[in-house]
Amino acid sequence: MYSYSDFDEAFVRARVAQFSQQVARRLEGSLTEDEFRPLRLMNGLYLQLHAYMLRVAIPYGSLSPRQMRQLAYIADTWDKGYGHFTTRQNIQFNWPKLPDVPAILSALADVEMHAIQTSGNCVRNVTADHFAGAAADEIADPRPYAELLRQWSTDHPEFQFLPRKFKIAITGSPNDRAVTKAHDIGLRMVRNAAGEPGFEVIVGGGLGRTPMIGVTVRDFLPEADLLPYVEAILSVYNTLGRRDNKYKARIKITVHETGREAITEMIEARFAELRPLFGGADQKLLTEIREAFAPPAFRNAPTDAYDAFYKADPVFRAWADTNLTRHRNDQYAIVTISLKAHGATPGDATSDQMRLIADLAERYGHSDLRISHEQNVILPHVHKSDLPALHAALVKAGLGTANVGLLSDIIACPGMDYCALATARSIPVAQELATHFEALKLEHEIGPLKIKISGCINACGHHHVGHIGILGLDRAGVENYQITLGGDGTEDAVIGEKTGPGFAYDEIVPAIERILRAYLDLRLEPSETFLQAFRRVGMEPFKAALYEAEREQDAA
Amino acid sequence: MSRRFTPKVVTANRLREGDVVYLTADDRWSPFHHEAELIEDEAHAQMRLLHATAQKLTVVGGYLADARPGPIGPEPTHFREAFRTRGPSNYHHGKQADLAN
Repeated sequence: MYSYSDFDEAFVRARVAQFSQQVARRLEGSLTEDEFRPLRLMNGLYLQLHAYMLRVAIPYGSLSPRQMRQLAYIADTWDKGYGHFTTRQNIQFNWPKLPDVPAILSALADVEMHAIQTSGNCVRNVTADHFAGAAADEIADPRPYAELLRQWSTDHPEFQFLPRKFKIAITGSPNDRAVTKAHDIGLRMVRNAAGEPGFEVIVGGGLGRTPMIGVTVRDFLPEADLLPYVEAILSVYNTLGRRDNKYKARIKITVHETGREAITEMIEARFAELRPLFGGADQKLLTEIREAFAPPAFRNAPTDAYDAFYKADPVFRAWADTNLTRHRNDQYAIVTISLKAHGATPGDATSDQMRLIADLAERYGHSDLRISHEQNVILPHVHKSDLPALHAALVKAGLGTANVGLLSDIIACPGMDYCALATARSIPVAQELATHFEALKLEHEIGPLKIKISGCINACGHHHVGHIGILGLDRAGVENYQITLGGDGTEDAVIGEKTGPGFAYDEIVPAIERILRAYLDLRLEPSETFLQAFRRVGMEPFKAALYEAEREQDAA
Repeated sequence: MSRRFTPKVVTANRLREGDVVYLTADDRWSPFHHEAELIEDEAHAQMRLLHATAQKLTVVGGYLADARPGPIGPEPTHFREAFRTRGPSNYHHGKQADLAN
């Protein structure tokens, strides 16, 4: 894992010292709120509905056990004993008090973490495939590039006042688990005809009020050109971006208004200017960074015990079938620890759970932890012979839920239970969907399904790319939920289609049930997933299932 | 033609803790919505909001929120303001826990 250089350390400590003084000046009255707000936002501190909220970056979703324990310590010392993992691989603390925030930032700096650039119109936390360095389908580990981008974008003087926020995602695999097509810049590793690794560069994707799938501006970018090319994109955006209109300020609108061809030409022209200015220091740095991401010393040991246990124990088997992913080393597995126990808040972990996960990562997982954008925790390297013991420990702590990739593995933003921008609640909808279908025992029969819920048009819950997306709105002073179907966040990214009129808070779970019962009736065979079935039959049968009952009522 | 003024309360968050508070008729900041001053006059509402936002060391983010008379005092009319009176629905945190006696 990457460790801070002296430069990183000094920078983060200096920012903690600056912000500590800024908080002191705000509390004694020499800074007004208007003066203080941008300063606190630069350090990840928001004022939400009931309290302040501190958003801490987890760069490309990678955490050490020591860092996880420190997050638990912060949760216990200055918050309410838990943290919320977000869809951008951050963690949010929902109840910090302003005078305590400097101490929290200092505690974060002690473990090489910070909350810088988790807000504001700058380059945000660079997100990556949560299976990086472990996935069987991977061309190369994307994290060294993500770290290079992190260092380059942190406090970059040219890009601190962009027209709007800017999000970069990177994956090293052809199977996209990082939603690269819905980011301002998406980087997908590919190989050229000569077999060399490089990047497909996707620009202008985004969700929010104007959802768009990104367009490819370069099919193959040699890896040595990464920084100058990304800088060229930012530079063109910084010039063209619509600072006059907040709703048109994201790069997706710039790309849309300029046109793919024209913007590609501008990026390439700027790249031609910038390329010679990069003298190779970035590549030297990349080589050093890469050493920090060397694979762990994989153990060579028999896996028979795992095979025997898998055959013998149905509970373990159910968990293994849903929560394990193929590792590039056949003796190993990638373990997803579900933070979606039925009825729990998606993405929340208590401090006890965080400490246990840290212990388990040390004992069984080569001390490596990841946070996924799907709000789960990953142990990327677990030897198969350790899986039964790991599973038993997880079950004891309420972390053994076997639901990854299934209905109850729901992404949900904090919604109006916490967020000042929200127009409706998301969390209770996720909780009720999970418990309702658990009671019906339908989840495993329904099979792979991604439900994603946002509590406002800003789409932090990625509802547009959910197989079933739910968007909570305020319709004339009442919570109302709009449904979209057929969204997909993978390499075949698609924005979901609206079904029609929305549903009231107490109607949304029955509405989703009608959709899923229709799917069970019309699928060709159990192996045809919801998304495949939707692509085959289209919207009409689901619309009929959703609205027919209402029509009958109206006719009566 | 301007829309008819609907009754309001002045609400904000405490600067240090972030807690939701309401301005009372006797110039206190109360955690209870029902203790808020229910303001029926638009000019008076603007005066009270100015008074609130001037208290820069006490509160932050002050605004006027719709309210209506209730049996023990003003109550919120919108669900967002109703949530602000008690806290999140997924945990027993915030006012619903802190103020429960």
